[in-house]
Amino acid sequence: MDAEAAKLIGAGLASIPLAGAGIGLGLIFGNFLSGAFRNPSAAAANQPTMLLAFALTEFTGLLGFAIAMIILYTF
Amino acid sequence: MYGFRAAGPMEQFEILPIVDLHLGSINISLTNSALWMLIGTGAIIVFFFAATRRAALIPGRLQSVAEVFYEFVSDLVRDTIGPEGRKFFPYVFTLFVWILVSNLFGLFPTFPGAPHALHTFTPTSHLIVTLALAMLTISIVIVYGFYKNGLGFFKLFAPSGLPLWLMPLLILIEVISFLSRPLSLAIRLFANMFAGHVILKLFAGFVVSLLSAGGAVMLFGIAPFFGAVAVTALEFLVAALQAYVFAVLTCIYLNDAVHAADH
Repeated sequence: MDAEAAKLIGAGLASIPLAGAGIGLGLIFGNFLSGAFRNPSAAAANQPTMLLAFALTEFTGLLGFAIAMIILYTF
Repeated sequence: MYGFRAAGPMEQFEILPIVDLHLGSINISLTNSALWMLIGTGAIIVFFFAATRRAALIPGRLQSVAEVFYEFVSDLVRDTIGPEGRKFFPYVFTLFVWILVSNLFGLFPTFPGAPHALHTFTPTSHLIVTLALAMLTISIVIVYGFYKNGLGFFKLFAPSGLPLWLMPLLILIEVISFLSRPLSLAIRLFANMFAGHVILKLFAGFVVSLLSAGGAVMLFGIAPFFGAVAVTALEFLVAALQAYVFAVLTCIYLNDAVHAADH
């Protein structure tokens, strides 16, 4: 196989982490909302934690993006 | 026609010299990245100077905005670090406001026909800028952690109340997670800004190429146009959220340094 083609396939494969990040984000927001609907008075206090978890989860997806960029532009 | 060099999604991140300066063999040119950092910093200084120039007990409009920023970061620092965190407030505040302004200024549209070096530019869309900020945070954590706790800082890597046989594995995990902190801080901000701007440019590119196709195909350009509008709105949210996340994580890491011996 051509090296250029393998590079493009590799960059495409590096977008698979998006699936995991999507599942993770759904779990975070879904669980936060189900908790917030049960006890709305405690929801505001937990919002920073939720956003933090959002950022940490999102990072796994973005790492895949960074890997794709490295594959595409540095080799 | 102008802007052919900015036609692709990646050209917007190009760093171009505006004023060529050389110090011996070191290139210290004023680049578009440095220019936008200066514009951001200048805007912050002017805004806070104007807001606090006639500080009153009953705040005016500008002063209210400045107070919202101040109280937001102040609450954040107090809630995460506690009363000892007061001395880190100036650092966290500077970090938050600077990242916020850098992120937001990069979303301004470029004046049509501006030379390529003067296009709007997001300094935080470059890994080296965010990595410098993250390294600064982690350096403060390490230096202050050892200054405050002495060798007790190492307790950070060995949580108490665990069986001894678990310790080697856990210390290894904790050390790796500590060492990956600057990287994750830097890559999160960089990748969010970078990916957001690439997506914006891709949508804009769809609109332009569909409109230039002519005929009935032009109608397909409507959907990506609204897509670009939606992504722009999302980017404003992301710009604010990432500045917030950077500040929160800085506070959490500083909290580790302040309270390392209590673990």
